[in-house]
Amino acid sequence: MSDLDLLFTDVEDDLRASVRALLTDRCDPASVAALYDGDRAVVAGLWKALAADLGLAGLLVPEEHGGAGASAREAGVVLEELGRFAAPVPFLTSAVVATVALADAVGPLLAELAAGEKTAALAVPLSASPYTPVPLPVRRGPDGLLHGTATSVAGALEADVLLVPVRDGATVALYAVGADAVARTPVVSLDMTRQLADVVLDGAAGEVVVADAEAALRRALLTGAALLASEQAGLAQWCLRATIAYLKERRQFGRVVGGFQALKHRLADLFTEVESGGAAARYAAVALAEGAPDAELAAAVAQSYCGELAVHAAEEAVQLHGGIGMTWEHPAHLYLKRAKADQIAFGTPGAHRAHLAGLVDLPT
Amino acid sequence: MSETARDDVRARVTAFLAEHDPATTEPLTFLRARYDAGLAWVSYPEGHGGLGLPQELQPEVDRLFARAGAPGNNVRANGIGLGMAAPTILAFGTEEQKRRFLRPLWTGEEIWCQLFSEPGAGSDLAAIATRAVRDGDGWVVNGQKVWTSGAHNSRWGILVARTNPDVPKHQGLTYFLCDMTDPGVEVRPLRQITGEAEFNEVFLTDVRVPDAHRLGAEGEGWRVANATLNNERVAIGSGGGVPRGGGMVGVVADTWRAHPERRTPELHDRLLTLWVEAEVARITGLRLRQKLKQGQPGPEGSAMKLTFARLNQRLSGLEVELLGEDGLRYSDWTFVRPDGVEFTGRDAGYRYLRAKGNSIEGGTSEILRNIVAERVLGLPSEPRVDKDIPWKELDK
Repeated sequence: MSDLDLLFTDVEDDLRASVRALLTDRCDPASVAALYDGDRAVVAGLWKALAADLGLAGLLVPEEHGGAGASAREAGVVLEELGRFAAPVPFLTSAVVATVALADAVGPLLAELAAGEKTAALAVPLSASPYTPVPLPVRRGPDGLLHGTATSVAGALEADVLLVPVRDGATVALYAVGADAVARTPVVSLDMTRQLADVVLDGAAGEVVVADAEAALRRALLTGAALLASEQAGLAQWCLRATIAYLKERRQFGRVVGGFQALKHRLADLFTEVESGGAAARYAAVALAEGAPDAELAAAVAQSYCGELAVHAAEEAVQLHGGIGMTWEHPAHLYLKRAKADQIAFGTPGAHRAHLAGLVDLPT
Repeated sequence: MSETARDDVRARVTAFLAEHDPATTEPLTFLRARYDAGLAWVSYPEGHGGLGLPQELQPEVDRLFARAGAPGNNVRANGIGLGMAAPTILAFGTEEQKRRFLRPLWTGEEIWCQLFSEPGAGSDLAAIATRAVRDGDGWVVNGQKVWTSGAHNSRWGILVARTNPDVPKHQGLTYFLCDMTDPGVEVRPLRQITGEAEFNEVFLTDVRVPDAHRLGAEGEGWRVANATLNNERVAIGSGGGVPRGGGMVGVVADTWRAHPERRTPELHDRLLTLWVEAEVARITGLRLRQKLKQGQPGPEGSAMKLTFARLNQRLSGLEVELLGEDGLRYSDWTFVRPDGVEFTGRDAGYRYLRAKGNSIEGGTSEILRNIVAERVLGLPSEPRVDKDIPWKELDK
């Protein structure tokens, strides 16, 4: 097997530049911080610009369904940038996880997502891992309607459609349920840039879009885990860059504090980790895009590494900014909260390592 | 790179092997002929063992020769020659020097060592005190070198010496190729924590070095030495294409598989965490090599050796714990002088002790962190109080 090509193409560099320009323009830290005080004004306009204007909602959707027909490579590039800005948009939940879950779906929903006309969310907890069966709290009643509560669902607040897995005899079926048919209770979340909601279905009408959905669900969560690594790598890059910039300005004892060896060495180590995490995340994205036989292994490796990396980078950013890093005013806390929640999303690093043990013959 | 180039080099190897059957050709004759055919290190220029081809073709060439049962060129004993001396001679040597030294270096006829560090000049290499004084058409060298791996087997040494004490320390150095058979060269083994003596102290007393063995200009030694050191760090850090699960992590994984009775959940998660880090390091090295091929700058290069050292140390430490009661035993403390370096050789205890050197040799991890922080991240330099003072006036 020849090695995967990990370098970014010119097309990917252009995509990165347009996403970054838009986020620089429309995703300033103050409006992101406002999410914690209940002001979600930034979300809708930003998502519309990314989803419809840049066409990112359908990035992974094949062209015959009206999408861009791009691959996990390009989605990884977008996620790196979203991580860099702690951007509060449902790209990962709708444009990645939902569209992958719907890859073989019947009906027009996939095309509507691709066009940016609708946004969807998979009604499972953000913490659901690809390696264990998804929880199935929602049941189909004798009335043919859906009953139950799906907790801690990411992207539900932005969604027009919830994708609800429901036990159907020996299999699991995926239902599409309109957001107006359910009650969504916003959760006060550790990370308000990806605010969760509990979704209550009390006799909701739904339509089966994937009849036998277990493989599709697993694939969606695995893709989510693999590409979340790119978001974590981007987040860690921001933390490193912001901290270096600050330590080059901040003076104590008559010197720029970035000249103290204790701090230089911590930053050199963090740089080493950030470069490694970027390579691991890229490898996972390329392996998925190419359908490489080691794609699942690469996802577990990337998520195990980058889950810890993002948290470490954000913790270093808070610590090395000193008092200002502890304030509401400085954006470091946005990244710390996002990183800590991301560490649990799509399976903890430990869950990914436990799965890896089976893949590389290191049994317990 | 074009497939044509790959096909062409394959055809050359096939034609060479048709003319020189490894089974019947005397090994040294075979190696010299391979060098002369340009199939030794294909990225080197024609006439010096290469064909001026991309470096990425080398693994293919090596694979074809290995498959045909071709004799080896003593890579284990001559790592310093092949990895450090050769690229430096290629970059700074005269035509005559390249012709004289590169061929027997590559064939393994002549082993090389590195006469850089001194008791008073470790991380601060530019502070070296070994003096070279001009005498007619040559130089007379006096001083003491240390940590000289393989000096006891070497025919030549790459030597940095002070030729001008009246200028600041970086400016007064000159780089030489030193004949280790000169009667003024005394090599004494230096026993290390593993029990063996991989490295030596080298005492230089009135050693005569002809001016024809000066590499680069007088006073240019610091620049030439840095070329050598950069090659050393790349050689140690880039992992050169160790496969997934190979190298030290492979050794420890095999120990894990062989001892189900010693497994605990805590050791399992530590092993998997390190397995992940080793795989991530492999991918990072892969991406670095892809960037270098494109001519893109690769700041990860300086960071790779840091990662390699930490991983080797933690993995080898874990293996001793994994072995439990067997981890209390050691293969052999006998004072021997090995003819090569083997990070993954011998037993777990040896690997654990030898790996301690990985964060010291070729630039300590502390110095490498300074390099990353200053040259990659642009943070302020360490204070250099002695930078502009003539060497002879420095406190020593």
